[in-house]
Amino acid sequence: MATTDRQPVNTAQQFVDMQASPEFQELRTRLRRFVFPMTAFFLIWYATYVLLGAFATDFMATPVFGNVNVGLLIGLGQFLTTFLITGIYVRFANRELDPRAAAIRAEMAGTER
Amino acid sequence: MTLLAATETVGNPAANIGIFALFVVITMIVVIRASKKNATADEFFTGGRGFSGPQNGIAIAGDYLSAASFLGIAGAIAVYGYDGFLYSIGFLVAWLVALLLVAELMRNTGRFTMADVLSFRLSQRPVRMAAATSTLTVSLFYLLAQMAGAGGLVALLLDVQSKSGQSVVIAVVGLLMIVYVLVGGMKGTTWVQIIKAVLLITGAGAMTVIVLVKFGLNFSEILGSAQQAISSATTAGVANRDVLAPGAQYGGSFTSQINFISLAIALVLGTAGLPHVLMRFYTVPTAKEARRSVVWAIALIGAFYLFTLVLGYGAAALVGPDRILAAAGGVNSAAPLLAFELGGVILLGVISAVAFATILAVVAGLTITASASFAHDIYASVLKKGQVSESEQVRVSRITAVVLGVLAIGLGILANGQNVAFLVALAFAIAAAANLPTIVYSLYWKRFNTRGALWSMYGGLISTLVLIVFSPAVSGAKTAMIPSVDFAWFPLANPGIVSIPLAFVLGIVGTMTSKVPGDPVLDAEMEVRSLTGVGAEKAISH
Repeated sequence: MATTDRQPVNTAQQFVDMQASPEFQELRTRLRRFVFPMTAFFLIWYATYVLLGAFATDFMATPVFGNVNVGLLIGLGQFLTTFLITGIYVRFANRELDPRAAAIRAEMAGTER
Repeated sequence: MTLLAATETVGNPAANIGIFALFVVITMIVVIRASKKNATADEFFTGGRGFSGPQNGIAIAGDYLSAASFLGIAGAIAVYGYDGFLYSIGFLVAWLVALLLVAELMRNTGRFTMADVLSFRLSQRPVRMAAATSTLTVSLFYLLAQMAGAGGLVALLLDVQSKSGQSVVIAVVGLLMIVYVLVGGMKGTTWVQIIKAVLLITGAGAMTVIVLVKFGLNFSEILGSAQQAISSATTAGVANRDVLAPGAQYGGSFTSQINFISLAIALVLGTAGLPHVLMRFYTVPTAKEARRSVVWAIALIGAFYLFTLVLGYGAAALVGPDRILAAAGGVNSAAPLLAFELGGVILLGVISAVAFATILAVVAGLTITASASFAHDIYASVLKKGQVSESEQVRVSRITAVVLGVLAIGLGILANGQNVAFLVALAFAIAAAANLPTIVYSLYWKRFNTRGALWSMYGGLISTLVLIVFSPAVSGAKTAMIPSVDFAWFPLANPGIVSIPLAFVLGIVGTMTSKVPGDPVLDAEMEVRSLTGVGAEKAISH
């Protein structure tokens, strides 16, 4: 099958109408309300960790059990939050984003020129 | 066979070469079988978009876990302890930027290159030119770091001590890479990365298990022995390090603390702007598969960095910092020496072969990305104004790949023995400054326009390069690339803390001062496409 640039043939007006439609705005709002705060959260959490690592080395060296100290636990905590956020996002995207995107795709496909 | 004295090789070079040759033969067969069809641009640049999410995720891990992160991070943990661990956290958390903000939207909007997305609703030719310039710069620095690293690896693992002998090996690596790319295209390159990732992660995993078992599955015990080994080291300046807390490498002066923060910013924001990572999102059929790719990549990369934590401290405890620092590859030899300690000649051979395979897979991925960008963005869109057939683009891309390969061999030979470790960090800093702001703005900011994109991309690229030239990484320090002269006025070896915020601000200022409003129609098309996948490029079925 040969592919051409900008394959499907929805008109510009259809894209403009779809962008203004309530169902698209709903999808857009849900995506942004999830990814922006979540991005802010993990960046701040990462920044906190980096700043502690740079300036609070004594605090990071505080022993917790055996030879394991606060710094190591917070570092492993970064791994944990990364895995958790990944899982939460996938759940969210599967439930909230995919069905809405699929519905819009179907609608646009039905209105191709 | 006993461990030989300082600056000698360990293990059996013939075994190391033999296992590596086996890897080359197997991957070559796979590449040739997988690449019967490479005629169309879609097939050559994206492998027909036919890879599944998990396959692509493994390939991303194979692309991302370069020799620098395997040998470098394990070695840094073995010698500096905690500060080596800090790198891996930046490299991992960075994937959340790709997952949440970039991967799916890129997949839905673009076709072959990063520039497809950036130029979607902006002025095509100037924006493509800027994006391609930054793609080529990032890829070249990354490529150079890998090729130069190959020289040190050769000295350590293959017992090739002469510079000319090492040059021959660098040339062989470069030629193999050219063959992979020419024969295999993106599909072949992807398979090389998948095979390498599986070998690397299982190899590191097996070593981790052996280390843990040796210490009775008690991680705290490993930490204790590592600290003990460091404290009793005789190499100057090592014994007083606290390797269980941060600060052994970056502590001390305020400048080095700021330098560390600067590096941390570049690592976390650079990944989602690396062109060879972004291009991998086009090898899957849908945005949902792009999401699954990143999930797999995060799981594999995260697991791998946890392994390197055990391996690094394990190497400190079992091999000891003195032997590591005295070995031919210096810090980079920690993982190979540990492999020899744990499993003798065979395990060392496997790990050595994996390290070479790593260099091959990464340089192949970089080369196909750079050559695609040159052919698709610069040649087809800028020079020929789009009047180029797809087969012509593939032809130009193949020629570019050969030129890049030859260039990489030449530069790699010149850089052999030079201190180019900062080049990988520099590639991340450029990707974060020159690419990420424009990617984020063009996906999420309606008002964003051509001037904003150009100011941000060129501003980020030029400021990063200028600051690095006048930094202690290039001149004026004992560890600099040119230690004999001093023209450094910028105190940090990592420019990201200045250049990345600057590029974000330039994007806003450029946009606001431009009288050209965005095109609302193109904005509508891009937003609807990026969020829903309407009209996204489909997989090719034969």
